[in-house]
Amino acid sequence: MQPEGPIAPFSLSIKDLPWQIAWDKDKCTLCGRCTAACPVNAIELGVFRQRQVAPAVGILEAPANEYKLYYGIRQKTDPAYACVGCAMCNMVCPNDAIIPMHGDEIDKLRMHNNRGGQARRRGGRRNDPGSLLDQIKFIRISMLTDPALDAGRHEFELRTLLGRVLPPEQNLKFMAENGWTPPVREIYPLMIGGMSFGALSPNMWEGLQMGVAYLNEELGMPVRMCTGEGGCPPRLLRSRFLKYVILQIASGYFGWDEIIHALPEMKEDPCAIEIKYGQGAKPGDGGLLMWYKVNKLIAAIRGVPEGVSLPSPPTHQTQYSIEESVAKMIQSMYMAWGFRVPVYPKISASTTSLAVLNNLTRNPYAGALAIDGEDGGTGAAYNVSMNHMGHPIASNIRDCYLNLTKVGMQNEIPIIAGGGVGKTGNMAANAAALIMLGASAVQVGKYIMQAAAGCLGSESDRCNICNIGLCPKGITSQDPRLYRRLDVDQVAERVVDVFLAFDTELRKILAPLGRSTSLPIGMSDALGIASKEAADRLQINYVV
Amino acid sequence: MCRLFAITSEDPLSPMVALQALDVMREGHDGSGVGLFLRDLGGAFEDIKDAPVLSGIFSESGLKRLDAYMMDLGFMTKYKLSIKVPKSPPPGVPRRDIYLVRAYEYPEDWDGLPQSELYNRLLETRLTLRAMGEERGDMIVFSFWPDVIMIKEIGDPLHVAKHLQLDRKELQARIIMAQGRQNTNYAINLYACHPFFIQGFSTMTNGENTAFIPIREYLSSRDFPGYVGYQSDSEVFTHILHFAATRLGLGAEAYKHIITPLQDEDLRVHPNHQLLKGLKQTCRKLIIDGPNCVIGSLPDHSLFMVQDRKKLRPGVVGGRPGRYAFSSELCGLDAAIPERDKSQDFQPMHLDTAIVNADRQEVKICSQKDPLHLSH
Repeated sequence: MQPEGPIAPFSLSIKDLPWQIAWDKDKCTLCGRCTAACPVNAIELGVFRQRQVAPAVGILEAPANEYKLYYGIRQKTDPAYACVGCAMCNMVCPNDAIIPMHGDEIDKLRMHNNRGGQARRRGGRRNDPGSLLDQIKFIRISMLTDPALDAGRHEFELRTLLGRVLPPEQNLKFMAENGWTPPVREIYPLMIGGMSFGALSPNMWEGLQMGVAYLNEELGMPVRMCTGEGGCPPRLLRSRFLKYVILQIASGYFGWDEIIHALPEMKEDPCAIEIKYGQGAKPGDGGLLMWYKVNKLIAAIRGVPEGVSLPSPPTHQTQYSIEESVAKMIQSMYMAWGFRVPVYPKISASTTSLAVLNNLTRNPYAGALAIDGEDGGTGAAYNVSMNHMGHPIASNIRDCYLNLTKVGMQNEIPIIAGGGVGKTGNMAANAAALIMLGASAVQVGKYIMQAAAGCLGSESDRCNICNIGLCPKGITSQDPRLYRRLDVDQVAERVVDVFLAFDTELRKILAPLGRSTSLPIGMSDALGIASKEAADRLQINYVV
Repeated sequence: MCRLFAITSEDPLSPMVALQALDVMREGHDGSGVGLFLRDLGGAFEDIKDAPVLSGIFSESGLKRLDAYMMDLGFMTKYKLSIKVPKSPPPGVPRRDIYLVRAYEYPEDWDGLPQSELYNRLLETRLTLRAMGEERGDMIVFSFWPDVIMIKEIGDPLHVAKHLQLDRKELQARIIMAQGRQNTNYAINLYACHPFFIQGFSTMTNGENTAFIPIREYLSSRDFPGYVGYQSDSEVFTHILHFAATRLGLGAEAYKHIITPLQDEDLRVHPNHQLLKGLKQTCRKLIIDGPNCVIGSLPDHSLFMVQDRKKLRPGVVGGRPGRYAFSSELCGLDAAIPERDKSQDFQPMHLDTAIVNADRQEVKICSQKDPLHLSH
């Protein structure tokens, strides 16, 4: 029996793909919406020829076949067009006639999606749905020895500090001498982490900014958002809303020409400057904006030519040693804003995090240390970096906090945790666990995309095509035909919803622990886990 | 919940005044232990106010080790109070060999030391004795400080008082703090028993300290040898007071700004906005979350009471010029100073610090919203 075409080493059947399209002929109206909506053209109109055996009754006529045609959906098996499981077909189908189903075994596509020797790149997170943070329970519940608080009626101070906090003795001395004290911001402990203008669509970015502005100005929640490495729109730089923004500088310095030129015209100082040395999704690798997304607007803001890929170097070009990289750069950034704006580095979680932290303890300007764990998301990275590089966040944060505790600087350098927070939807519980392990604040990106804009990506490798600008929801696309699907106001509304719900859930965790006057940073006695190894490693309670 | 009683009086009083007040409040403690802090002493200690007094419980062998160690340092006994206890203690009270209250003459080579050095050495000596005692279980040391006596024991306060014959002239004092324990642990460690003491500062508390672990970690990392122990989560209150006074030069009025800082909207309109914001941020790790009522005694012989920010344990201050008392329950105050003007009784709320200074003429109420004058 001959196949339809020649079989090559890279020939795949539908079964070999991670996602199989289940299509119901009886329900399909043949409207064609699914094929139009599919971001990767994985499905197309299929014309199927079907033999029907029609034996005649009687003996006069010889047995015969009838050949009929029917129209339907055909799934492509070419790796370039393999279904990504986004299920936009299902979303647009008027009759629920089509849905992608996940294969029951490890797909064969993964061995073949490197055509032309080009290793797979994608967006999203590490493809591992599990989360250690979810296993952490809050076990120190106030019962009769001290009353639990009322999460709904008590006053809560859910604020954290961003910036270098002096030891109290020094602070009093400097104040008495009218000396300089480092700028410190009081902010909400859940921050929107660096997602660049470019990685995100203009609509998504605008929605986030509007949501953040609303939270600050209408609801009094000092939520801050980091720009990521992609510059900042010129009007925002010159607006009063800049104070809600953390400007990120990374190894490609994208957008900083524009920022430096806007300095004299800034009405407000930005909240802080984040110097990105690494990110959890692709530790030791630079940022990446693939050419698909570098359109005229992005090119203008970043100060680069159109249509070229923008891989940032893995390290800053000025870096000779940690002194140059951290100390001088931090000081330069302080100087740019007259020492009024906190500056802090962001690194990938790594066994070298402690070395960086120890260096920062001796640098009187370092305003914080942001650490991004292996589960952090990205708009574009090599699959191998995302899946296999990096350090889990929990133990890294814990080690760093305990190290600060050893040297007595646990109140001086805030540690900001990120990477996979809320990965399984348990945003508040994950954030509270990290805070009690020692984080002063939590950065979140992917969860915001999912909750505020309906990102479809998952750790079962669903969608994850942020890198090629074909985001079916218009979140990470620079194509107006796609990003107009995203309503700016609705994104803003969802951002507000997410933060308000988070705030309630955080209170629902802290109130039974009897905490409300200050954020329970390092309250490790409240935490328990049912794994002895994890409990020992994190120095929290082992409970079964 | 433990019961607290403190009294400050122009005339020296017997510790029984405080213990009887505790007895009136007995519903709230389970007789699992009692702690006494006596300062501004009367009786025989009146004339040797500068001599450091060692208070503790010793076994026969512990006492020998103590004597050897102290002689080695050059300390000479100046005065001692011998408490001979009956052979069989009342039910619930353990058998002990010696309850020691002994005043020493400083070693000769300590003469002329600056006061801070002297204080550090006294602390160091106490900590060494404590460590020696923990090693062999033969000494428990509560305080080693001029003009201060501390006695702690397991058992019902009145039984313990009778057993130790506390109603004696040598133990009369003008400032007395006493706590009746409500035990929440099976094993009772006397080091977990209030009041706590460090270098002239003493506090006692009722309630739980839900922010204990981060506070303990912060104090332990201050590079100060006295910030140890923490058998009780309330010991940190004493150390925070000591930290605020000795490291930051802040008085009792500022203590509450450390443990329960004002909220942002109140802070913004406060005349000392900058100072308090700085304190709130830099002492963030010392913020408590209650529920606690803290009563404390300072080296300047003032006595104060503060509450946590919102949960508030009971606590009342009242009295008459010359004698004021701080009590966790009104009935304790009634028992100790029945003749006072009760309309002047004051229950400190979330912003208040009630202070009675050494002149014992009035209860000074400081609100956190008042301007703060730095004492140093």
